[in-house]
Amino acid sequence: MKAESPHAGTDALITLAGITKTYGHGQAAFQALSGIDLAIRQGEFVAIMGPSGSGKSTAMNILGCLDTPTSGAYLFEGVHVEHLSRDQRALLRRHYLGFVFQGFNLLARTTAQENVELPLLYRGETAQARHELALGALRSVGLEEWAYHTSSELSGGQQQRVAIARAIVTNPKVLLADEPTGNLDSKRGHEIMELLVNMNREHGITILMVTHEPDIAAYAGRIVHFVDGKIARDAVNGETA
Amino acid sequence: MMGWTTLLLALREIRRNLMRSFLTVLGIVIGVAAVVTMVTLGNGATQAVSDQITSLGSNLLLLRPGQRLGPGSSSLGAPSFRAADAEAIKSQIGSLTAVAPAVSRTTLVVVGSKNWATSVTGSTEDYFSAGNWKLAEGRIFSPTEERAGKAVCIIGATVRRELFTEHSPVGDMMRIRQFSCEVIGVLAAKGQSAMGRDQDDTVVMPLRTVQRRLTGRLDVTNILISMMDDASTTQVINQVTALMREQRKLADNEDDNFSVQDTKEIAKALSGTIGTMTALLGAVAAVSLLVGGIGIMNIMLVSVTERTREIGIRLAIGAQEKEVLLQFLTEAVVLSAFGGLVGLLLAAVACYFLASLLALPLIFSPGINLLAFGFSAAIGVIFGYVPARRAAQLDPIEALRHE
Ligand SMILES: Nc1ncnc2c1ncn2[C@@H]1O[C@H](COP(=O)(O)OP(=O)(O)O)[C@@H](O)[C@H]1O
Ligand SMILES: [Mg+2]
Repeated sequence: MKAESPHAGTDALITLAGITKTYGHGQAAFQALSGIDLAIRQGEFVAIMGPSGSGKSTAMNILGCLDTPTSGAYLFEGVHVEHLSRDQRALLRRHYLGFVFQGFNLLARTTAQENVELPLLYRGETAQARHELALGALRSVGLEEWAYHTSSELSGGQQQRVAIARAIVTNPKVLLADEPTGNLDSKRGHEIMELLVNMNREHGITILMVTHEPDIAAYAGRIVHFVDGKIARDAVNGETA
Repeated sequence: MMGWTTLLLALREIRRNLMRSFLTVLGIVIGVAAVVTMVTLGNGATQAVSDQITSLGSNLLLLRPGQRLGPGSSSLGAPSFRAADAEAIKSQIGSLTAVAPAVSRTTLVVVGSKNWATSVTGSTEDYFSAGNWKLAEGRIFSPTEERAGKAVCIIGATVRRELFTEHSPVGDMMRIRQFSCEVIGVLAAKGQSAMGRDQDDTVVMPLRTVQRRLTGRLDVTNILISMMDDASTTQVINQVTALMREQRKLADNEDDNFSVQDTKEIAKALSGTIGTMTALLGAVAAVSLLVGGIGIMNIMLVSVTERTREIGIRLAIGAQEKEVLLQFLTEAVVLSAFGGLVGLLLAAVACYFLASLLALPLIFSPGINLLAFGFSAAIGVIFGYVPARRAAQLDPIEALRHE
């Protein structure tokens, strides 16, 4: 990859240019994002911070291809995501992205192992491979012994870790996590962060994470601040400079 | 991804939501079983009537004391007939093939250590041709035996089965009340009548024998009149009516105290009534199918929030719309088909037992089976699939937000 390029972000894995998002129509219309420009390189660990309602989740959902922007360009490895069809975006999610939701979003009455192997089903892995990969992912989040328990038998922290295992089981290029420690006590929160840092360092997975806790954001190499649907500050964190 | 994986996913969903799956299947089972059972039994009843019409033989009139056959009619008080009435009809009216006076009694008959309560009918030899009876073995009684009031009898297939062993009963003795009679013939089986009565549960003897030894009176209950094929039914009915009014010395202003009925008309009327009943039962059953369908719809709609979120999760982790839909469709088809098959099976069992209980022939009709199965399967599939389709067309985040 070239270090300098005539077009901003062509060497980037992800580039957002002038992204806006408006909810509702007419009188009730509300602009949650008003012109976001952001470039993220392969292997970065980025924390997104900002006050509640500043558009962090909206931006994450767009980055995760779960939602479509109202206007602007989103390039993923140079491909214009906003021009892709629904099915193509599904394939992008399937093969390159892993998403950890704030509210876990696990299937009810389903075991941890089955939840984790779900993305593999859509990738056409064999039963044996699914099983092994799912157990491996659960092991890496320290939940191997809970593999055959259903979501309701797991604590919030354990459910969050199942959700992370589900996001990393496909070995995605980018892991997007919306307040992954928001529902956890600080000890559990730090455990999850160790895990993410490890994923980032060992496997080179690019991580985008929303958080409002500074000590959680401290794990990231770069911190992006959102205010009122705009990026207010974008700075390198600590020695990663 | 397609194929086996889809089936696996669908089966997993069915297992994960056992209660919902069970209720869906139950709705379909009940609907299908009800419709198929009702219509099959109704068809059996109609078939029984048309069998009866054929077994009646051609052009049979029934002369009975009292007016009209039907609910509320009564032969009470109306004078009964005598054998002489039958003889008068036979000698004075043309184009008749047989005229048989008949009287019946339900009596216990005994052979060795076995006994059996059956209907013993006394009549003349014309009874066999009028009633379209065939002999399986032996012979019928002769006019001489009839006149002499001999103790001879011809037994129906049911009586033979209940009282005799494998070997031919012809020549054996049978005890009826306090007298013994010789079995001289066995009637060929006719099966059930339209009213569900077993026509083969009968013993036929000379009229005089029954009058002397069983009833102790000269009355006959009714007279069977069989006409030639080319005879005009109305004309014969008019002639018989005129003759009977004369025999009974009725004045011009008096009503008939007897009735002449075309048995075909009776059977046809009955068959029409049963057809109406079948349609009615079918309609009731169709309503139950519909109610079952609404039940399924409710179950599906109640779970739509959870299902929408589930669809959101699947889309978010990379499922395509068509994959999600195929899974839901498979799930709905598996449940509906399973419920439909269980319903058909249940209907088959219910029909089998009810038909033998109600003494109706069992008629398998592929049409109604297919129709009920198809309808319920369609309900299951539509209500399982349509809400899923709406959810799968949302952006993943919309589906996940669904409250
Ligand atoms: N589906 C929606 N419909 C309407 N407004 C929404 C919707 N989602 C978010 N918003 C609004 O957009 C703004 C940004 O929301 P969000 O991105 O969730 O903020 P954050 O995650 O930073 O707290 C908020 O004011 C919120 O009320
Ligand atoms: Mg948020």
